[in-house]
Amino acid sequence: MASEAAADCSNPFLNKEVYLRAYRIMLQARILEEKLASLYRAGSIRGGVFLGKGQEALSVALGINLRRGDIYAPLIRDQAGRMAFGDTALDTLRTYLGSLLGSMRGRDGNIHRGRPAEGYYPMISHLGAMISVVAGALLARRFRGETGIVGATTIGDGGTSTGAFHEGLNVAAVEKLPLVLVVANNHYAYSTPNMRQFACRSLADRAAGYGVAVREVNGTSLDDCLHAIGAAVGDARAGKGPQMIVGELLRLVGHGEHDDFSYLDEKLKKSSLGRDCLAIAEERVISRGWATKDECQQWRKEFALEVDELAGKVLREPQPDPIVEDWCALSDKRFLDSPHCYKR
Amino acid sequence: MSVTYLEAIRAAQEKALREDPRVFIYGQDVGEFGGAFKATKNLAKLFPGRVFDSPISEDAIVGVAVGAAIEGMRPIVEMQYADFSTCGFNQIVNQAATLFYRTGVKCPIVIRMPSGGTAGAGPFHSQSMEAIYAHYPGLIIMTPGTVEDAYSMLLEAVQIEDPVLFFEHKFLYYHLKAPALPTEALPAGKARIARAGRDATIVTYSAMLHESLAAAEILLEDGYELEVLDLRTVKPLDTDSILASVARTGRLLVVSEAWPWGGVAAEVIARVASEGLELLDAPPARINALDTPIPYHPNLWAAHRPTAATIAQAARKLLEL
Ligand SMILES: Cc1ncc(C[n+]2csc(CCOP(=O)(O)OP(=O)(O)O)c2C)c(N)n1
Ligand SMILES: [Mg+2]
Repeated sequence: MASEAAADCSNPFLNKEVYLRAYRIMLQARILEEKLASLYRAGSIRGGVFLGKGQEALSVALGINLRRGDIYAPLIRDQAGRMAFGDTALDTLRTYLGSLLGSMRGRDGNIHRGRPAEGYYPMISHLGAMISVVAGALLARRFRGETGIVGATTIGDGGTSTGAFHEGLNVAAVEKLPLVLVVANNHYAYSTPNMRQFACRSLADRAAGYGVAVREVNGTSLDDCLHAIGAAVGDARAGKGPQMIVGELLRLVGHGEHDDFSYLDEKLKKSSLGRDCLAIAEERVISRGWATKDECQQWRKEFALEVDELAGKVLREPQPDPIVEDWCALSDKRFLDSPHCYKR
Repeated sequence: MSVTYLEAIRAAQEKALREDPRVFIYGQDVGEFGGAFKATKNLAKLFPGRVFDSPISEDAIVGVAVGAAIEGMRPIVEMQYADFSTCGFNQIVNQAATLFYRTGVKCPIVIRMPSGGTAGAGPFHSQSMEAIYAHYPGLIIMTPGTVEDAYSMLLEAVQIEDPVLFFEHKFLYYHLKAPALPTEALPAGKARIARAGRDATIVTYSAMLHESLAAAEILLEDGYELEVLDLRTVKPLDTDSILASVARTGRLLVVSEAWPWGGVAAEVIARVASEGLELLDAPPARINALDTPIPYHPNLWAAHRPTAATIAQAARKLLEL
């Protein structure tokens, strides 16, 4: 075991410190999402709940490779990546529970959260639309003479079929921008299987068509994800143009908490893709002697306690008040359209 | 010396690039080539690296502009034709228009939309799409109808910190001339009385301003004095100026080159009906393009859009009620 750890330490993308941090964030994300699911079942959350169970390794590996000053536009299954980038359990709960104190102030909810002024872009629902936005942000950074930064975004297998995906990735390639695009192929887009989504061998084959470098990775393995995404982010930072990563995995929950996942193919579920990336990462952590089983248990308990406390606090926070809300879609009030015409 | 509407647009962009290092221009063929209509002629040379070609990807063009705006730039996007903005519709109405409301972060982008019909341009190079975009909260919709406004409103658009869609009319590009570029201007959001009159109000904008002014001339021969109000921006819509004019004349005709259903003309009439019904001496009237795709053949096209003659006819009917 010790020798395995030593070998891993020689890999710049796989050292104890990074790995443990990634594992702990995955655990934190998982526990937070379990809480979100229970809040949903209890009727405390208005709207949907969309979880990333089974995709934490791929997600965290991107978030953890980003740093302050980078741009990150995550998608629906990226709770782990978000937390690695600096999002908190507190703001997640606030956004899901509609707290006025959350970053979206009740104006948007659930996974549609971010703080664009800090490089953390809130997705719009329309899949594929964030790719060109991140490209534009990178173009702006280039105008300002900034180098060594990257912009990262993610998408699912279904999202790769949109025109926006194609246009966005093509623009990033034409401008040779430091864009990192992680494709999470979880084999379903809502209920639609891969064979109804695309006809190429692998989504990775598409990259060549754009002139974009690509890596294929086992998305259930934190080792592989850290390695591949670390290398991709490094290449983007070094000016080697857009980088695509295709991770193969399964989501281990329905599309949203409302979905019973009845369409899941049993064979896929039993295949290696159906393994839980968090359990695999935990095994590695323990087998490499980086933490004991007890320590992992202890962290789990601590996070669960913390999340319970946060949820209790957020449930008591003020909700937006339609009387106080300014109902104003423009920043410049001079250009509001005759508000007296719309008064009710 | 005189300046055309198109030259005014080019001059405004040159000034914006010169005065604000955050400004850049992005769109199809806008670089070295200078744009399909030459609205960016020589700008790539004057401002290296700041005026550049995009792929034919309207969705990505707008997405790029939004991302750049979030990071502090002031992009001007040129749609080659407003008609093609449908391919970038999602980024305009869902990304750009919602950003400030959702996040509190401003989205100062300008999208130039070469709009409206010219003879022979056909169904896909002629559309007037202002009403579709005005429907969405979070966008400012400019529709300049004069050389002076083309210049000053575009400059103002670049300074505004919200997304501005700038509908410039292709029919005016070369014909419409002014003696010189303006040195002062009405602010966006304010309508202008283009011609004062006492008998009826024509509310209009963009190229229809000139057809309406010509119609007013025709009716002068019958002894009618029409007031012509140029909206300049259709969102915000200067409802107060519309009501003030209708209060003076008692009669309203709205003229728009766009299709009738749910358009600017419908909106103006709805506002006057709900806020100033007592000001009206006759039912409010409108004249729009006909409810078909825009035909290619000049004979059909000329009959499809409102013209001075059809506007005069509609106005006469209104005046005789
Ligand atoms: C353009 C667009 N069309 C439809 C939807 C509705 N929708 C939301 S998620 C989803 C499935 C997405 O599948 P995939 O991209 O594979 O991501 P996953 O949910 O598997 O993570 C669909 C159809 C959408 N958000 N955007
Ligand atoms: Mg999927």
